[in-house]
Amino acid sequence: MSGPNTDYDPVEVTPLKADQVEEMREAALAAVAAAADLDALKQVRLDHAGDRSPLALANREIGALPPQARKEAGQRVGQARGAINQAIAAREAVLEAEHEERMLVEETVDVSLPTTRRRRGGRHPLTLQSDLIADLFVAMGYEVAEGPVVEAEWLNFDALNLGPDHPARTLQDTFWAEPPEHHIVLRTQTSPVQARTMLTRKPPIYVVCPGRVFRTDEYDATHSPMFHQVEGLVVDEGITMAHLKGTLDHFASQLFGDGITTRFRPSFFPFTEPSAEVDVRCFVCRGTGMDEEGAQSCRTCRGEGWIEWGGCGVVNPRVLIACGVDPDVYSGFAFGMGIDRSFMFRHDLEDLRPLFEGDVRFSSAFGTEI
Amino acid sequence: MKAPLSWILDYVDVPEGTTTEALTDRLTLTGLKLEAIESPGRDITGPLVVGRVVTMEPEPQKNGKTINWCTVDVGDANGTGEPQGIVCGAHNFKPGDLVVTVLPGGVLPGGFEIGARKTYGHLSAGMICSARELGLGEDHDGIIVLPDDAGEPGQDARPLLGLDEETIEFEINPDRAYALSLRGIAREVLVSVEGASNFRDPALRDTPPANDQGHPVVVEDPEGCPVFVARRVSGFDPDAPTPDLIVRRITAAGMRPISLAVDVTNYVMLETGRPIHGYDADKLRGAIVVRRAREGERLITLDGTNRALDPADLVVTDDSGIIGLGGVMGGETTEISESTTSILVEAAHWDAVSMFRTGRRHKITSEAGKRNERGVDATICEAAADRVVELLVEHGGGHAEPGVTVVGTPPAMPTIRMAYDLPERVAGLPIDSSTVVDHLQAIGCRVDADADGVDVTPPPWRPDLIAAQDLTEEVIRLVGYDLVPSVLPTPPSGRGLTRSQQLRRRIGRTLAGEGWVEVVNFPFVGTADLDALGLAADDPRRDLLGLSNPLNHEAGFMTTTLLPGVLRTAGKNVGHGNTDLAIFETGTVTVPRHAGPAAILPVDRRPTDEEFEALDAALPAQPLHLALVAAGDAVAGGWWGEARPVTWADAVEAVRSVAAALGLEVTASSAELAPWHPGRCAELSVDGEVIGHAGEMHPTVCQAFGLPKRTVAAEVDLDLLMARSVHLRKAPSFSSYPVAKEDVALVVDASVPAADVEAALREGAGELLESIRLFDVYTGDQVGKGKKSLAYALRFRAPDRTLKEGEAAAARDAAVALAAERTGAVQRT
Repeated sequence: MSGPNTDYDPVEVTPLKADQVEEMREAALAAVAAAADLDALKQVRLDHAGDRSPLALANREIGALPPQARKEAGQRVGQARGAINQAIAAREAVLEAEHEERMLVEETVDVSLPTTRRRRGGRHPLTLQSDLIADLFVAMGYEVAEGPVVEAEWLNFDALNLGPDHPARTLQDTFWAEPPEHHIVLRTQTSPVQARTMLTRKPPIYVVCPGRVFRTDEYDATHSPMFHQVEGLVVDEGITMAHLKGTLDHFASQLFGDGITTRFRPSFFPFTEPSAEVDVRCFVCRGTGMDEEGAQSCRTCRGEGWIEWGGCGVVNPRVLIACGVDPDVYSGFAFGMGIDRSFMFRHDLEDLRPLFEGDVRFSSAFGTEI
Repeated sequence: MKAPLSWILDYVDVPEGTTTEALTDRLTLTGLKLEAIESPGRDITGPLVVGRVVTMEPEPQKNGKTINWCTVDVGDANGTGEPQGIVCGAHNFKPGDLVVTVLPGGVLPGGFEIGARKTYGHLSAGMICSARELGLGEDHDGIIVLPDDAGEPGQDARPLLGLDEETIEFEINPDRAYALSLRGIAREVLVSVEGASNFRDPALRDTPPANDQGHPVVVEDPEGCPVFVARRVSGFDPDAPTPDLIVRRITAAGMRPISLAVDVTNYVMLETGRPIHGYDADKLRGAIVVRRAREGERLITLDGTNRALDPADLVVTDDSGIIGLGGVMGGETTEISESTTSILVEAAHWDAVSMFRTGRRHKITSEAGKRNERGVDATICEAAADRVVELLVEHGGGHAEPGVTVVGTPPAMPTIRMAYDLPERVAGLPIDSSTVVDHLQAIGCRVDADADGVDVTPPPWRPDLIAAQDLTEEVIRLVGYDLVPSVLPTPPSGRGLTRSQQLRRRIGRTLAGEGWVEVVNFPFVGTADLDALGLAADDPRRDLLGLSNPLNHEAGFMTTTLLPGVLRTAGKNVGHGNTDLAIFETGTVTVPRHAGPAAILPVDRRPTDEEFEALDAALPAQPLHLALVAAGDAVAGGWWGEARPVTWADAVEAVRSVAAALGLEVTASSAELAPWHPGRCAELSVDGEVIGHAGEMHPTVCQAFGLPKRTVAAEVDLDLLMARSVHLRKAPSFSSYPVAKEDVALVVDASVPAADVEAALREGAGELLESIRLFDVYTGDQVGKGKKSLAYALRFRAPDRTLKEGEAAAARDAAVALAAERTGAVQRT
């Protein structure tokens, strides 16, 4: 006859005894706490929570217990295993955190190592200077006009009131293209762009013309057969010298700093009448002519307080006529400065040759903006 | 123009206490710019005094020299009143002579400090000075002996020697020829300097009337020579010295003293602005005739040059032939010499344009020519000639012959109409009518005023005043340019940079951002440069525009390619040790069109549109090019690994970057073109149009430009590229369905371009292909000789759905099939 083995002696199932389970639990928790690293913990897991761990083996014995004892034993074993798993998980989290921290320390690099594998590029400072000037005028509403460097003699000279016998022609030593009777020159100034602008646009005209120009000057510290100019031309109703002065004062303060103004001196240019030389107040000594110590004369302006900057004037009506602008309705002003020269004193360069020597150390010093 | 201050003040008074600085500041602001103030004595400090030689004992020395042990009375200048003991090596003086003595404590030019020192057994306390020691010229034959009545011992010697004289150098604008004279400068002082007065015109003098007893002169070309005045001085002493004052003044003005006769003509030219020519009258043969030269005529000018004359040259002739290039330079045959005792003085007015042309034609620059070509007062010929005669007689002991030849009359000055309000409308500054009239009269104009304006006749020394705008400048400069207000005009709304200007900046920034450095080269080139590039004889880049007057005949043409410039610059960089480099240049090149001449159009009207277009058509084409060169390492070696040298691909990629910045894609195909390596040159095109070339340089070219082997370069026509740039790019759309990846490896003949294989794959794969990337190229045993394996990663995706099983594989197979058909590709398995 079968029936519950009420006479079953629980003493024979020793592992399920409360004190035994408690002992296994204590041993397991002690082992977890003692696990020094994740590998040790892995072993602890096998030993105390694995299929062959004492509690797992004890669990298998539950079936051998009388029914009334199974529940109690099951609870006891289950709680013990739960506590152990929890302890392992907690210990694992701690050890993993420790491990990661150690790893991060071990992965430390020397961030002061050089990182530049590729050269830095740069635009030419004269391109940058030219763009900067163009931007100053574009901000005022001007447009940037351009023209060819190999130019018709008529546009470079005659249209600008520089007739074939004008003494000023000898002041601009001109490269002539072969054959000379073709009347083609390398432009000696950017002024032919002004003529082209008047010939192709109706006033109001507000343009600046930056570009390369050529003169037969031997190449030295202060002369180059090729250099860069920027000219400005305004043709509108009621334009006066005062507008010219205002424009150049603004230009000077934008390029050289707040408060830097200009001074006009009478001069002569065939395409303007009246004409003036423009001096800009020295932005280094601010016109005092003294150097920083207040002793010797300022190096930038040679103690004069002013720097010769360019030429300007009111457009000669003869030029307006040759370019198809009615001088009875419109008047205008024009000005011209050396971009190279402006760059030189703005950036403290005494010899212009580095501008044209192409040494990469020079251009790359200026990056992509100035 | 250099003008001694004392000479200026001979003709005008300035208020007491006016400093030289105040004077020159004012003149600078009204148009005569100060260049420099010079003073011969500025380097001399300390006691420089007049001394009288009391005793003088010659003492022969062992070295063969004889020195003089002197005592010199220097008054109280030495503090004792006792004669000063001085050793002197010169012998051109005697006791009783007045000499110039520098005492201990003085400093002479060159920082030469004078002290009392033991020499030749004496204590020599000072020095007796020569002209050279005082910086007064090169004369070192002896010490300066002053005229006996020059001064008293102990007196400051500076004023006696003109050492305290200040000379002002002015920059004279080409329109202010009148200021190339003391007369003109003094007049500028009068009109510019507050309180200046009492102008004394040196050209205003009573002159004897013309008569028929003078040297006969015939002017055949009165337009070229409107006035010719001749006077004669006879009995002139050719040995007469030039007075010190004249020597000092013309020296200070930058001219070399030669002889009294020559110095006087120069002196009067400086004084009045009127160039004068002197002939040895005894060498003249018959009447003087002024005419234009005839074809084939020649003249040996004063400078010894034998010149072939042009029929446009004005010449002065006599019975012997041509004796001078009128107004420009005299001839040798009638030159004043050391034995000349009779001088014919010519003061003639010459046509400025003719002077300018002759000067340029014969490349003569002279003080006379400079004045004659800019315009001289035509009315002062008689006065100037008379002044020369006066000085020759006064200092040369001659006598003036009674004959006075005057041929012609000065041309009349124009009358210019100007409205009263023109100066104020031009200046933007209120200027009332009386100010206008006052200033015009001040500069010498005759002014007839009426209700609306003035009729102005400029003075004869102002031939530059020809139109109302010229008068306007005169009025405004005298009102003061510094009073012109500063007012900003208000332009209409601008349109900003043009598209081309924006694109050029974008190109520069793109290249700079990728490590390329911009350089600027001169656009000149020589045929040797093109030879160095290895260009074939018929290469179109050899069609060059030549320059008539290049600075350097090795580079006498405008270049058609930027490559010589960037290669040369690259070579220089390598020479400077910048061995890893990447440079670029943008600039126009010059491509001749062999069109006709560019016309010289009229200037009294606008050219017609046709005329203007024809002008442009006559110019060479000037397309904008980009050239770049790289050498050495593209990526430096370092702790991260090995360096990567530049390759042909870097040059191609740079152009692709530029194109991408413009929204364009470049196709590369192999080409052979100098200066590239024949097997490593890519022809670059966009939409089938060739825009340039890139690749590795030919080794010979590398060598020619001092560059390492494997240097790479590119040159493209940016105008072509920019013309195709995409202005408005469409926004892209992406598929968010999963991607299907397929890799294929294809074996083709080594000669098959990868681009062809890729194109076939693309086309064959159809619409589902999202991208294709060549990730490996293999040549070697596994694919066999003459073959290469190209491995591609293909990505497929549909815009609207997940691809079905097998769809990507089918597309891949189709791609491979087309590649096989087109290029003979065999899939590697």
